[in-house]
Amino acid sequence: MTTSLGQPHAAAIFWFFLFVAATLAITFWAARRTRSTEHFYAAGRSVTGLQNGLALAGDYMSAASFLGIAGLVAVSGFDGLIYSIGFLVGWPVVTFLIAEPLRNLGRFTFADVVAYRLQQVPVRIAAAFGTLAVVTFYLIAQMVGAGNLIKLLFGIPYETAIVIVGVVMTAYVLFGGMLATTWVQIVKAVLLIGGAFLLAGLVLARFGGNPLALFAAAAEAHGGQVLGPGQLVADPLDALSLGLALMLGTAGLPHILMRFYTVPDAKTARTSVAWATGFIGFFYLLTFVLGFGAMVIVGPDAIKAVDKGGNMAAPLLAEAVGGTGFLGFIAAVAFATILAVVAGLTLSGAAAISHDIWVNVVRGGHAPEREQFLVARVATVLGALSSVALGIVFKGENVAYMVGLAFAIAASANFPALVMSIFWRPFTTRGAQASMIVGTLSALLLIFLSPTIQVGLLGQATAPFPLKNPGLVTIPLAFAVGVVVSLLTPEPDAATRFDQMQRRLHLGPDADA
Amino acid sequence: MRTLSPDPEPEGSAPRRALEALALAQWRLALRLTVAMLSVYAGFTLLVAWAKPLLATPIVPGLSIGIALGVLVIVTAWVLIWIYVRWANGHYDRTVAALRKG
Repeated sequence: MTTSLGQPHAAAIFWFFLFVAATLAITFWAARRTRSTEHFYAAGRSVTGLQNGLALAGDYMSAASFLGIAGLVAVSGFDGLIYSIGFLVGWPVVTFLIAEPLRNLGRFTFADVVAYRLQQVPVRIAAAFGTLAVVTFYLIAQMVGAGNLIKLLFGIPYETAIVIVGVVMTAYVLFGGMLATTWVQIVKAVLLIGGAFLLAGLVLARFGGNPLALFAAAAEAHGGQVLGPGQLVADPLDALSLGLALMLGTAGLPHILMRFYTVPDAKTARTSVAWATGFIGFFYLLTFVLGFGAMVIVGPDAIKAVDKGGNMAAPLLAEAVGGTGFLGFIAAVAFATILAVVAGLTLSGAAAISHDIWVNVVRGGHAPEREQFLVARVATVLGALSSVALGIVFKGENVAYMVGLAFAIAASANFPALVMSIFWRPFTTRGAQASMIVGTLSALLLIFLSPTIQVGLLGQATAPFPLKNPGLVTIPLAFAVGVVVSLLTPEPDAATRFDQMQRRLHLGPDADA
Repeated sequence: MRTLSPDPEPEGSAPRRALEALALAQWRLALRLTVAMLSVYAGFTLLVAWAKPLLATPIVPGLSIGIALGVLVIVTAWVLIWIYVRWANGHYDRTVAALRKG
């Protein structure tokens, strides 16, 4: 089929400029309200449950989950759905174990909670190390994806695309802080879910509104096996390892955890994560329809002809069912999606540098408000510059594994320490430090020794470590190291403060004001 | 807003015991629901790896067992969250409010 994809195209440019203009207007409005670190990192704790639910969905649903999953389903059927499901099941864990304690115990970063009853300096350094590792790999994957996608969608050069993303994202975060970032996420989430819903509706209209008729057509055209698992998951241990990393990694992503500080209280944190799971689950159900719709209406060969990875399935489907105007809209939504995720990541990286390292380690927790605010903004600029640089350095590299790596580090470095600090009385400073450092380093080392890097990138025949994702080994390892080191280094003060922490965890921050 | 005393109530006192009971109840429910989600998802993943022909079997034209189970996993996540939020908005919030009044 012929497509106008990849040419600078009036509808796409119109929608994209509309989005950028609207979000910069929001940023201008938010900038006048961003006068302190409380606003810069946490939007003045003024976000409602529904708003934060949408913003969480916006932070979480990357272009990879929209274009990547739809493409994977379109090209290989059921296998793509394994990701849809894996990316959702972490949210219940966030609801049950993380959201409310985080809101009641911390101020700006998840390290606030881990360090709550432990010694600040060693815990903050280890937590910032884990946070920056997660943010860096996630950012590289997003920036390289952004450059490639924007090139495919709009036909602008890779480097120009990266710089546009960097400049616009910096404007959001630097001037509008968390308030602007939150509203950018909300606008993006509404556009993304709305766009996917409209696209799914146009597809289903051709099948009498019945998804089963669409799936049946896919099975008829491409064989019944497209409705069952294929080659993506061959080894059960590999499958479990990836699944565990996706599930528990969600509860350790710094930019997601930070969102729980933007709401006024723990009850709103709880409501917001329930909303988020509703929106995200609904969106992933839509990817079933989008993927099989693209398989039937566009066809796997036509999709692979445009992009081998299948990433252009959803835009091609939009063009096929809604014409070039709708293609422009979906392309602009994909761009907006990347911008929003990158903004959220940069803000959480800046918070780790300025709040955890500068204020709490270098300045011992006593920096004047003006200085804190300034350092936060300097860290934002540094974060934005490094993400543009990383995007350009990794041009042309295969970075798809980096999302899995970011989730594996989040699940191994951040999640175990967070859970043990909240729920396990004997947890100690040394235990937290060891758990976070071993979690980060073991995830990095094992992914380097895995078939993903050794066979996939370095072209070796075999890999020393058999699993593609290290989660199955590194998550239990981080828990075990935390437990053993804590038991070897008792810290009576930390155990005593556990009671006071429990009280604040349930009764709220004003309980010990 | 009323400011509560900074120190925990004395060990063994009634409010302290009530708070400890609430913390234990919250932890038990959270743990059970987490294990439930983990088991459902691990079960689904193992079926994907081991029972490929079974999951490809159609129930009705267009609906394979695999797709039906996949939708069911997403619905399970919603149901577990609904169970937790209902408990937390009811019993948990009432007990917290009572404890805060002291």
